[in-house]
Amino acid sequence: MRAFVTVFGTDRRGIIAQVSAFLNEKKINILDISQTIMEDQFAMVMKVDTEECREDLAAVAAEAAEMGERIGMSVHVQHEDIFNAMHRV
Amino acid sequence: MFHTNEVIETIEMIDKEHLDIRTVTMGISLLPCIRENAEKTAEAVYERVIGRAERLVPTAEKLSREYGIPIVNKRVSVTPVSLITAAFPEESGKIALALDRAADALGIDFLGGYSALVHKATAEYEEKFLSTIPEALSSTKKLCSSVNVGSSRSGINMDAVRKVGELVKETARLTAAEGGIGCAKFVAFCNAVEDNPFMAGAFHGVGEADTVINVGVSGPGVVQHALSFAPEADLTEAAELIKRTAFKITRVGQLIAKEAAKRLGVSFGVVDLSLAPTPARGDSVAHILEELGLERVGGHGTTAALAMLNDAVKKGGVMASSRVGGLSGAFIPVSEDIGMIEAAEKGAISLEKLEAMTCVCSVGLDMIAIPGDTPASTISAILADEAAIGMINHKTTAMRVIPAPGKKVGDRVDFGGLLGHAPVMAVHAGSAERFIARGGILPAPIHSFKN
Repeated sequence: MRAFVTVFGTDRRGIIAQVSAFLNEKKINILDISQTIMEDQFAMVMKVDTEECREDLAAVAAEAAEMGERIGMSVHVQHEDIFNAMHRV
Repeated sequence: MFHTNEVIETIEMIDKEHLDIRTVTMGISLLPCIRENAEKTAEAVYERVIGRAERLVPTAEKLSREYGIPIVNKRVSVTPVSLITAAFPEESGKIALALDRAADALGIDFLGGYSALVHKATAEYEEKFLSTIPEALSSTKKLCSSVNVGSSRSGINMDAVRKVGELVKETARLTAAEGGIGCAKFVAFCNAVEDNPFMAGAFHGVGEADTVINVGVSGPGVVQHALSFAPEADLTEAAELIKRTAFKITRVGQLIAKEAAKRLGVSFGVVDLSLAPTPARGDSVAHILEELGLERVGGHGTTAALAMLNDAVKKGGVMASSRVGGLSGAFIPVSEDIGMIEAAEKGAISLEKLEAMTCVCSVGLDMIAIPGDTPASTISAILADEAAIGMINHKTTAMRVIPAPGKKVGDRVDFGGLLGHAPVMAVHAGSAERFIARGGILPAPIHSFKN
C-alpha cells in the first residue's frame, strides 16, 4: 500500500533523521521525499510503501501522530488515495 | 508524486477548515422483520439492525484513521416503521424502543426511520402510527422521526399537515424539561427522498437495496476559505471557485463511501452533495454568504447568493461522484450554524427570509426555535407554506421547528452538541386556524401531469 507522510513544524536539526528512524522501525520504505522551508516552517512530504509493515495503516498513523507530538512536529500518515481523489481527475 | 502544496492543501482543509465526512449512514431494509405481533417484530428488528450494522462504527473509525479524515457521525436509517407495524400500529412504540436499544448497542449517533409516508392520504394504521411519535421521541435518545406530507405528484395532505402541528406541540410538551429537544429529532417533508443520509429525515426507502451505504459530506469552511483569497472575483468566477472546491470535497466523500461499502460488503448508495454546517466557528454556510459580500446573512441579496452557492455545489459535486442523491445542497439550519445564530440574535434574519431562502437551497426551515406558546395551527401553517414551495418547485422542502416550552422571542435554547443553540424567533401573530382546520388535499399543480 502507498501512503503519504507529512511533517510540519519549526525547523531544527534532526527532523528527517527522527522521522526516517520511525519509518525504518515500522519497516516502511521511503519512495520519494520533497522537503522545503515555507516561511520558516519545515514542510516535508514523503511517499512511502507499507508492503513490509505488519501493523495496519490506522495504527501506524496514530503512532506517527504521537511520535510527532514527542518531537514537537505535526506528523500525518494517510493512504495515498485521499490525495488521488482530491487532486487527480 | 504530489506537489507539496497539494498535500498541504488537503491537510489544511481537514485540520484548519473543518473538512470532514459528516455522516456515513447505513440504510437497512426492515421488510423481512414483519412478524405476527409487536414483540416478535421488535425482536426481529433489533436482531437485523445489529446483524447488519455491527461493523459500521469500527469500520468507519478505521477508515477515518487511514485516510486522516474525520467521520463525524455514524448513523443507520431503516424502512419507514409505519410499514412494519401496519398490523398493530398502536404498539409501534415497542419498535421505537428496540431501534433505540440497537442504536445504543452499536454506538451510532442517530437512527432514523420512525417515519410515515402520507403524502396522498393517511391510512387508518398510519393515523394511529403518527399518534405514537411524541411518546416514541420522548422515550428514546437516538431515534429520529419523519413524515412526508406532500409531493409534486400527489399534492399536499392537509389533514396530515394539521396532525403534524399537533405532534410537534405534543413532542415539545413531553420533552419540555430538555427545552423541547424531541422536536429536534422530528422533521416533516414535502417530496421526501429515500436515500437521504442526514438526520432527522433519513429513512430507507422501499425501492432501495437491502442494505446500502450513503455518505454525506461537509466543508463550508473550505469553501469560505477558498473564497477569502478571491475578494475581487466577480460572481461567475466565485461560482467557478465554489465548483472546484465542491468537487474536491465530494471526491473525498465518494472515496469513503465506496471503501466503506466494500469493506462492509454492502451496496454503495449515494453521496449527498451537501454543505452541512456545525455550530463551530469556521464551519458556517452563513459565513460563505457573508464572504460573498453580504454584511449579514438575512439581508437583501441573501437569496441570490444562496442560489448561486447551492447550484455551484451541485455542479462541482456531480462530476466528483458516480452516484449522487439524498438532499444535495447547502443546508441552513439556524441553531447549527454560528453565522445563522449570530444573525438571528441580532434580529437580522427572520422566518420569512428563511422561507425565501428555502426556495433555492436544500432543504427547508431547519432547527428554528419558536415561542413555546405558538399554536399547533400556526406550526401546521408554516409547514403548509414550506410544502407548497416544494410541491410547486419540484424540490424537497422540510420543516423542523422547536416550539421551546416556556420560552419567548429572544430567549435562548441550548440543544447541545451538533444541534447547537438558537435564539427563539418570532412567528406571525395572525391565526391560520380556520385554514388548517379545513383539511383535505391541496391539489397537485398542473405541471405535475407529465405523463
